[in-house]
Amino acid sequence: MSGPNTDYDPVEVTPLQAEQVAAMRDDAVAAFAAARDLDELKLARLDHAGDRSPLALANREIGALPPQARKEAGQRVGEARGAVSRALAERTAVLEAEAEQRMLEEETVDVTLPTGRRRPGSRHPLTLMGDYIADLFVAMGWEVAEGPVLEAEWLNFDALNLGPDHPARTMQDTFWTDPADDHLVLRTHTSPVQARTMLSRTPPIYVICPGRVFRTDPYDATHSPMFHQVEGLVVDEGITMAHLKGTLDHFAQQMFGEGITTRFRPSYFPFTEPSAEVDMVCFVCRGVPGAVEDCRTCRGEGWIEWGGCGVVNPRVLRACGVDSERYRGFAFGMGIDRSFMFRSGAEDLRALLEGDVRFASAFGTDW
Amino acid sequence: MRAPVSWIREYAALPAGLGSAELAAKLTALGLKLESLERPGAEITGPLVIGRVLTMEPEPQKNGKTINWCTVDVGDANGTGDPQGIVCGAHNFAPGDLVVVVLPGGVLPGGFEISARKTYGHVSAGMICSSRELGIGDDHDGIIVLPADAGEPGRDARPVLGLDEEVIEFEINPDRAYALSLRGVAREAAMGFASSYADPCNRPVPAANDDGYPVLVEDPAGCPVFVARTVTGFDATAPSPDWLQRRVRLAGMRPISLAVDVTNYVMLETGRPIHGYDGDRLRGPLVVRRAATGERLTTLDGVDRELSTEDLVVCDDSGAIGLGGVMGGETTEMSDATSTVVIEAAHWDPVSMFRTGKRHRLTSEAGKRNERGVDPTICEMAADRVAELLTTYGGGTVSPGVTVVGTPPTAESIRIGYDLPGAVAGMPIDSETVVADLQAIGCHVERDSDGVDGVGGVTVTPPSWRPDLTDPYDLVEEVVRIVGYDRVPSVVPVPPVGRGLTRDQRLRRRIGRTLAALGCVEVVSFPFVGDEAFGALGLPDDDPRRHTVRLSNPLSTEKPQYTTTLLPGVIEAAGRNLGRGALGVSLFETGTVAIPTDRGPAPIYGVDRRPSTAELEKLFEAIPAQPLHLAAVLSGEHDPAGWWGTGRDADWSDAVEVARELGRELGVAVRVEQAEQMPWHPSRCARLLVAGADRELELGFAGELHPHVCHAHGLPRGSAAVEIDLDVLMSRALDVRPAPEFSLQPVAKEDVALVVDDGVPASVVEAALREGAGELLESIRLFDVYTGPQAGAGKKSLAFALRFRAADRTLTEAEAGAARAAAVASAASAVGAVQR
Ligand SMILES: [Zn+2]
Repeated sequence: MSGPNTDYDPVEVTPLQAEQVAAMRDDAVAAFAAARDLDELKLARLDHAGDRSPLALANREIGALPPQARKEAGQRVGEARGAVSRALAERTAVLEAEAEQRMLEEETVDVTLPTGRRRPGSRHPLTLMGDYIADLFVAMGWEVAEGPVLEAEWLNFDALNLGPDHPARTMQDTFWTDPADDHLVLRTHTSPVQARTMLSRTPPIYVICPGRVFRTDPYDATHSPMFHQVEGLVVDEGITMAHLKGTLDHFAQQMFGEGITTRFRPSYFPFTEPSAEVDMVCFVCRGVPGAVEDCRTCRGEGWIEWGGCGVVNPRVLRACGVDSERYRGFAFGMGIDRSFMFRSGAEDLRALLEGDVRFASAFGTDW
Repeated sequence: MRAPVSWIREYAALPAGLGSAELAAKLTALGLKLESLERPGAEITGPLVIGRVLTMEPEPQKNGKTINWCTVDVGDANGTGDPQGIVCGAHNFAPGDLVVVVLPGGVLPGGFEISARKTYGHVSAGMICSSRELGIGDDHDGIIVLPADAGEPGRDARPVLGLDEEVIEFEINPDRAYALSLRGVAREAAMGFASSYADPCNRPVPAANDDGYPVLVEDPAGCPVFVARTVTGFDATAPSPDWLQRRVRLAGMRPISLAVDVTNYVMLETGRPIHGYDGDRLRGPLVVRRAATGERLTTLDGVDRELSTEDLVVCDDSGAIGLGGVMGGETTEMSDATSTVVIEAAHWDPVSMFRTGKRHRLTSEAGKRNERGVDPTICEMAADRVAELLTTYGGGTVSPGVTVVGTPPTAESIRIGYDLPGAVAGMPIDSETVVADLQAIGCHVERDSDGVDGVGGVTVTPPSWRPDLTDPYDLVEEVVRIVGYDRVPSVVPVPPVGRGLTRDQRLRRRIGRTLAALGCVEVVSFPFVGDEAFGALGLPDDDPRRHTVRLSNPLSTEKPQYTTTLLPGVIEAAGRNLGRGALGVSLFETGTVAIPTDRGPAPIYGVDRRPSTAELEKLFEAIPAQPLHLAAVLSGEHDPAGWWGTGRDADWSDAVEVARELGRELGVAVRVEQAEQMPWHPSRCARLLVAGADRELELGFAGELHPHVCHAHGLPRGSAAVEIDLDVLMSRALDVRPAPEFSLQPVAKEDVALVVDDGVPASVVEAALREGAGELLESIRLFDVYTGPQAGAGKKSLAFALRFRAADRTLTEAEAGAARAAAVASAASAVGAVQR
């Protein structure tokens, strides 16, 4: 603080004394600091930084000072006002942040509330399984072939070396259309698609045929008059049983996991010769006896029956117009429903076919 | 086929220590698949011995029962040699009989432990057993009384009862009919373990002569060989020997009488079905012919059958007395009084056997073998074996007459190259192996070279018991299975480049995903329907959907038709879900339906060549059209209420939206118009149309289900459904979509409210606005429909939001206003719309 200045004009204004300006400034800063919210700050601002605030009034009085005193007083008041406005800005920022924080807190929701305003849809697991299998083979360069469910008897049986008196025809109890001499059936396997493919394309043929098939089986936990099959057919030069084995080993691993291989047992299908049943290593106990106590999946045998396969009977090639001297083929077939039940642990086939949304919904829209 | 292991071992000198499980595994690997391995006595442990009843004292009890207090000689088996005191409730025995005794410490099936215990005032030290208690039969009327020569008291009873036997049950594939005999199973077993084999059919037989029972075969194609032998002075009441009964029983057949048991035994042994006639009831010579029109026969199972002219019958002067090779007749059936047996061992045409069995729904052990093919050369031997066994155990003599009519067909030889088995299997198989394996199954093999370097091959004559071997690939299977299927290597083949999924396959997946995204759950239903289902949908009698493909053998007589619509399946599934407590459900199904053609019947062609293109066309035409449909049902709660506000139920619009959304996904504009079609509500039904090449195509229908239909299926009123033809939709799907161009200029928004007559469809008003608004219109959306006093009676007010935008400039207010006015004017002139 400067001491009495005799050079000053006698009308020197008291409020412009350094002590007083400092007090005004300190009052203002204190008032801002005391404001607890933006409303109080607004009032404090009007009191201490508004047009009628002591510093504003003091500022106006500077003009009345003698010229030699103006500079110093102006500087003093200006500094004080600057300090006040800085304090105001700082306090404003603090209080705004506090206010925002309060607002955000007030907007708290219970994020554990349920959010499902829409029921989810899903595709049927058999569709998903069929697509998944198709994709496995498409990835290998195969194509997906299809055919109708109501099929000509000739394509379902005769062309596949199942002549009218073949005992194997009684093995597959067939739905016939009425009248029966229309020679139409509900296909008993997807094999007529093989015949159609050979009739319509020239080798090399690498196709996979998933589809719906029918047999006059009773409807229970493990049988259904309608089920789904997937068949594979390859016709090319130099095809061997080893190729069949390689394909099925790959298929089994893709479906059921690394290390799941297959085993062939001699069997009989009219459309293949040699023919084999395909077993795969049990994917639960991995075929290791005792690894899983009382393995229910394979009943302790270590192997699971999976499907049938074989080298395409040259008679079938001939009936379908394929040069059986030049080309050889292999074919295999397995149940999609059965494979699905293995994979998912479903125990009752009927769950697949009665349309309870709780079943299909469990599987989503893709594998 | 059930094969007792001891019986297999009678013909195959298998290694002594070979276990049955190992034997079964080997045979499975050779193609005779293990079905089950039975050890009838496996559950019985401890002392099970032969006992001789010394005394039996009947003691009436207070409960009305009488028990027998017996003493039984069990030799030294009880450790003392003293008679064993046992209480027995049965009465079918007498002192002196040999019985089966389980002594204390023994355990019977079911974990039933035997100990000495106090009962009925005695200490009963063991039990006299019935066959049921031993788990070898259901006969619980009495205890087992053993034949007098069964053995000394105290000896183990298991061998006598066959309880030490193991039986392998095989699943025999239709091509391996030879394995429906012990002869065949043992041959495979011997081959599998390189053991020596004694063919039970290898026995001398007397030469044919003219003194046998007269036989006339009128149809040698149907019956190439007929052998008849006669046994006279036979005692039909003589029991079958124990060993024979036991084997027959172990093989799964029921012992009946000596004559029946012997024919069954020889069939099991050789595979050759045999028939025995009561010679005293035969009238005149046996004649084999096809049945006459209207001829009838009562077969042994007591069924009176009308015969077909394709059935082979054996006749005598009285007419048909048997369905040849399938089942005998009642009139010449053997009985206890039979003293003369005429034995028939005949070879029958398998196809005829198959047809007759199928026609008459007759399955018999004989028929099963005859239709699959039996060794035609063993008729004489089998008949001789039967005659021998009958006279051995039933007395009498074998007449010297031997009738043999016909000669067995001979097998055609097959030529294969040495290299074929290896080439098919995909692994090296040398020529020596090929020859050895073919010889091992009984083929006669003639080499045309030494097979060095795989050049040349063999001419193979299959053995008489392998009629299934006709083609080179049949021989390949034989060689490869003997080498071992497990030795085939694993090689993934490399196809040429593929083309991925087809357009339709990709579209179908997209459709499924789109529906799932709409909240629909896919279901799979049976495609079988009946008039009841069509009735429940309210389809009129002349509705084309009632014109179906019918099944001749439906599972249920109520559902004998293949469906033309997927609605019954999804509607029923929806009802089921709601019935199980679901508040709402959205289901869809895709699948083919069938539309009958009237171009049948489908031809049956030969299989020695590919049918011509014209023939194939005819074949394909006869198959019903099977378009791919989609049906969806949306019922009950659609959006649930929650803390966010109210929910809503599904309504007609959700069903229409399904079709529209699919159209958007596939790039197909779906036009909607008011329609009437069951099973929809007559005022809330939409016909769905898409533009075709030259005309609009009907895609299907959508809307609210008729209240009657909802009621009939347990659905809430207001439930909605849609069914469309996906083939139509997919055929119009946009394959290549051009990139859209859009303006970055600001948008000008204009709303209009138009009052029109109630009956004017909103789509028509919208089309008129669109037409009038011109090129500047970017989009138009109906955002409100108002009916009420302000709109006027019979009127409705439609509020549209129009958005205008130019490609190159900001639209002025005047430009936007002019476009709006033009749109309104267009609606006014088209449908008399008045601006509100
Ligand atoms: Zn397992």
